[in-house]
Amino acid sequence: MTQEIRVPEVSDGVTKGQVIGLSVAVGDRVEVDQTLLELETDKAVVALPSPFTGEITEILVAAGDEVAIGQVVMAGVPEGESADRAPAAAAPEKPEPPSATPSARQPEPPSEPAGRKTAATATAAKASAAAATADAGQAEAHPALPPPRTAATAPQDVPPASPLVRRFARELGVDIHAVRGSGPGGRISEQDVREFVKQALAGRADAGAVVAHASGGAGQRPLPDFTKWGDIEREPLSQVRKIIADNMAYAWATAPRVTQDDKADITAVEGFRLDFNRKAPAADKLTMTAILLKITAAALRVFPAVNSSLDLAAGELIRKRYVHIGVAVDTPAGLLVPVIRDVDRKGLATLARELNATAAKTRERRLTPADLEGGTFTISNLGGIGGTHFTPIVYAPQVAILGVSRAEMEPVWDGREFQPRLRLPLSLSYDHRAIDGADGARFLRWICAALEQPLLLMMEDEQ
Amino acid sequence: MTKARQEATIEKAPLVVIGAGPGGYAAAFRAVELGLAVTLVDPEANPGGVCLHRGCIPSKAFLHAAKLVRDAAEAKAMGLHFAAPRLDIDALRGWKDGIVETLTGGLGGKVKQKQIRYLRGRARLSGPRELAVDLTEGKTAALAFDQAILATGSRPVLPAFGADLSERIVDSTGALHPPSVPGTLLVIGGGYIGLELGSVYAALGSRVTVVEMLPQLMTGADRDLVSQLKRRLDRQFEAILTATKVLGLKEQKNGVKVTLQDKQGGQSSKLFDRVLVAVGRRPNIENLGLEAAGVALTDGFIKVDAERRTTAPGIYAIGDVTGQPMLAHKAAHEGQVAAAVAAGRPAAFEPRAIPAVCFTDPEIAWTGLTETEARDQKRPIKTAKIPWRSLGRTLTLGRDDGLTKLIVDPDTDLVLGVGLAGPGAGELIGEATLAIEMAARWQDLAFTIHAHPTLSEGIMEAAATFFA
Repeated sequence: MTQEIRVPEVSDGVTKGQVIGLSVAVGDRVEVDQTLLELETDKAVVALPSPFTGEITEILVAAGDEVAIGQVVMAGVPEGESADRAPAAAAPEKPEPPSATPSARQPEPPSEPAGRKTAATATAAKASAAAATADAGQAEAHPALPPPRTAATAPQDVPPASPLVRRFARELGVDIHAVRGSGPGGRISEQDVREFVKQALAGRADAGAVVAHASGGAGQRPLPDFTKWGDIEREPLSQVRKIIADNMAYAWATAPRVTQDDKADITAVEGFRLDFNRKAPAADKLTMTAILLKITAAALRVFPAVNSSLDLAAGELIRKRYVHIGVAVDTPAGLLVPVIRDVDRKGLATLARELNATAAKTRERRLTPADLEGGTFTISNLGGIGGTHFTPIVYAPQVAILGVSRAEMEPVWDGREFQPRLRLPLSLSYDHRAIDGADGARFLRWICAALEQPLLLMMEDEQ
Repeated sequence: MTKARQEATIEKAPLVVIGAGPGGYAAAFRAVELGLAVTLVDPEANPGGVCLHRGCIPSKAFLHAAKLVRDAAEAKAMGLHFAAPRLDIDALRGWKDGIVETLTGGLGGKVKQKQIRYLRGRARLSGPRELAVDLTEGKTAALAFDQAILATGSRPVLPAFGADLSERIVDSTGALHPPSVPGTLLVIGGGYIGLELGSVYAALGSRVTVVEMLPQLMTGADRDLVSQLKRRLDRQFEAILTATKVLGLKEQKNGVKVTLQDKQGGQSSKLFDRVLVAVGRRPNIENLGLEAAGVALTDGFIKVDAERRTTAPGIYAIGDVTGQPMLAHKAAHEGQVAAAVAAGRPAAFEPRAIPAVCFTDPEIAWTGLTETEARDQKRPIKTAKIPWRSLGRTLTLGRDDGLTKLIVDPDTDLVLGVGLAGPGAGELIGEATLAIEMAARWQDLAFTIHAHPTLSEGIMEAAATFFA
């Protein structure tokens, strides 16, 4: 019996995603839980596991297609069941909702095995506007095209707004698809577009990824025609890049940021680290980031204001009684920030192991959206690449982020002579609305002091 | 040496529009209004393209003549008796040519008045920023452009039936320049072009047979609309053969011998005085130098985005070369979009509805979502239909046929599509297209006062049935 394979619930709030790659072909034999395709959602790349062991008989999507949660993307025959070779379109559909149209009740022409495929392609590919029109049977349904730079939209997918309102939105660089219509039947008025822009400028969270050609904050000025000066290439932004752009622009526009620099003498800590790693298996290797995780978690317990978020609407500071620290990981697709949970309650060995596993998982793009959520603070370590100093951007709604550059052996005056000491440059960026300058400096100094004398970690009472 | 001469004559052209059909001249006019210096290239003496020279306009002129003939014949029922019309085919053709000249000449005047540089000839891209025009007068002009809009349109498809075009075997172009009216005519292709021209010849006295490969006339249009048309065409035409293939054409002294194969596989041969091939149109994308400029195709059409940019920087494409539907008004709208984008204005081709009209008798017209598309997409819809015989106006026109159909969203009540069949349906579809573009709900149509007695009441009446 043919079984449909649908896109499962991925995470709260995720309703759709883009197929970034198919891992199987029609006719492939698959194991249960084997990855069938990879989906890029707003939050992460998710693998769609096979619900059964058996054979894939039909694939209804292609790379680049947008799919909704619950949408049928493949069909297959589980092992042991009769290999029903009838086209999957003959499989009984879920009963139509009661609002079914009179036309839907008409019997389908028997010779239409392509019926389901057409439906799937049509929902997936807004781009195939051409396919939606018909002329004397010579226009076959076009296969889903790779999304053009500014995708053409099928007429029935253009939101309900008058031509003038749509032009108004275009002039402001607003993607009309993102505007909620307040009129009857969801009709979008000029006023709705204005409200949308106002909210976007005010940085309201529900304005979301707002701007048509460049999501990421308060709109984009019209670009000049760069081709006037030479050849250019255009490449669609990945979902990850769009989210980064949006988050960064939001943080930049809302958080008045201060960056405090300091240096920690890590000669002793680094000596311990190298000693430890000589005996440790690869998976347990201790990294400087793991050590920084542990020390920062302790610092966050001492300075709870740094482990907080601002709720200006309510006029409150939200202090979190947990310490989940995000670690920025450089991947080929862009920056991802997986979150290590309960850092304050974990020992250094556990943290080292967990961090190593998470970094590998991130680079292999195996994170789930949940892995990226819930951080209270972020560490961005660029020391592996180099540099002496940088100003990280606070990852809103967090209020602070620690940037780590490359440790260097430096001559340090001990009162009588220069000593060679390994010094680690640290840069703390913080939201000045939540944290005063002196507190920011104290927080970073505390971290440096603890790196130099880890006994400090034991000075505070457990809470 | 050739190279040196060419280089010496390369001229600069900020915006070149290739093709002066409804898309091309609309783009050129809009671009001039927006302050660009425009060069328009076309092989014809005046703008107009297929639409004005050999398409929409001449066919509508003939269709109007055909309507007069039919109306006169049907007036018998009202007690009005006219003598059978005496046809002067040369005068009819001359009248049609006069209309074409007036319109294209008017456009030619507008080109001059707007100070558009008009080059008569065929353009071919020779690089990402260069093109050569083979001028009709014989020379070649080389242009270095900043931006270009490709609007070269389409031409009839000519399948290999074993015979070439001739006096007896014609395409739509030939059918619009008839030297005489044939006694018998075979129309190959049951799409709108074949049915419109078939209707003309039937009214002028030909016995017309239509052969269509697919099981239905006007594939893509909703069946309830087409069946309104078919009922009347069955009376106008000698025969309508659907699900029938043409295997071959053979030109003989006394006519064209046509071999047909029906859906059971049975073959037969028939002799016709003339054969009209109208099986579709294909985009004019050959000999344009697309590769030299880096313009990519998709499914046989030029690939464009919503702003009508091709894959080559600074080059746009509009109209029939960009895909279905191949309609003049779609091309004109795209032309305005491309011109605005070329002038640095925000614009996009994103209609909520594109009307389509088949100018047969009765006319078939639709706009927005069709019931067929909704069914293919498994999209939930509600429909309402009103037969025109329930409208007073229909009977006063001496008619009893016609249909208005509304397609609405069951959740939002928004009007998604409208289909019409009946006399003058093409004039009525405008209201429906506006309703969809303005995101009207069916209640808006029901509550709008429509003049009585008119056929437009059908839209209001159909909407009102949703209250029941």
